[in-house]
Amino acid sequence: MNDTLMLGGREFHSRFILGSGKYSLKLIEAAVRDAGAELITLAVRRANTREQENILDYIPKGVTLLPNTSGARNAEEAVRIARLARELGCGDFVKVEIMRDSKYLLPDNAETVRATELLAREGFVVLPYMYPDLYTARALADAGAAAVMPLASPIGSNKGLATRDFIQILIDEIDLPIIVDAGIGRPSQACEAMEMGAAAIMANTALATAGDLPLMAAAFRQAIEAGRKAYLSGPGRVLSRGAAPSDPLTGFLRD
Amino acid sequence: MVKINGTAADLAGQTVAQYLAQAGWDAARLAVERNGDIVPRARYGETVLEDGDVLEIVRFVGGG
Repeated sequence: MNDTLMLGGREFHSRFILGSGKYSLKLIEAAVRDAGAELITLAVRRANTREQENILDYIPKGVTLLPNTSGARNAEEAVRIARLARELGCGDFVKVEIMRDSKYLLPDNAETVRATELLAREGFVVLPYMYPDLYTARALADAGAAAVMPLASPIGSNKGLATRDFIQILIDEIDLPIIVDAGIGRPSQACEAMEMGAAAIMANTALATAGDLPLMAAAFRQAIEAGRKAYLSGPGRVLSRGAAPSDPLTGFLRD
Repeated sequence: MVKINGTAADLAGQTVAQYLAQAGWDAARLAVERNGDIVPRARYGETVLEDGDVLEIVRFVGGG
């Protein structure tokens, strides 16, 4: 079965978007390999001459880079960071991430819509991180987003699908890939989101804080693939009461 | 004075390329912004820094 994820005219076979924050550069190659990831997120920060190591040297060839606009507090700052990311020479993909709140790290949906519109107009493939709200998701689609990335729970919390029912509304109503981002802490939560019909999962902290990062990357990969297959299959029905035997009701060893 | 990533330095008259080479930057892994506008890599050699310029020099780091 050829089940691919289309983003910005590109075809991806993996539905696991890997973060690269908060862990050793030396673990990135193993994480990408065991996650089976084809997309990896990065941040843009001021450079200095002391650190000669560069993360780009640790990312395997063929992996598409998804720079984020973290640090942006409004649409203009997000556009500025996205342009710098593009100048760094790694394509047109950008994950818009705009927040003014440093306690809960919640995205500013209104500024995110503005940034998405500006960046889509400049030819970027825009994947906006957002608080799962139907009207915002529609506005993002109208603004030219390539996907919508609702949060499952606060960034870095590993709390799982706190916004489950609202993500389901986006999956049901928005004609774009819905990529669940932020807060997914365990493979079972990733699997559940995929069973709901999410197009992909983005995870960083779940891996960075796990006991064995590459092993957890492999676990997420399998969970995401399992959830996807279950979604494509459609689940079995649930009885409201009673039971239904799985074995024949004839041929018992008695008269 | 020219401000580079928030620190002032006496660099007026130098080109971006001269500054990057002399300060030991790996230009291939950087992006440079001058007074809010990106300086394309191909123009590093012809872009002369002036007093009052504000430069931002950025790179990719790990992030989610």
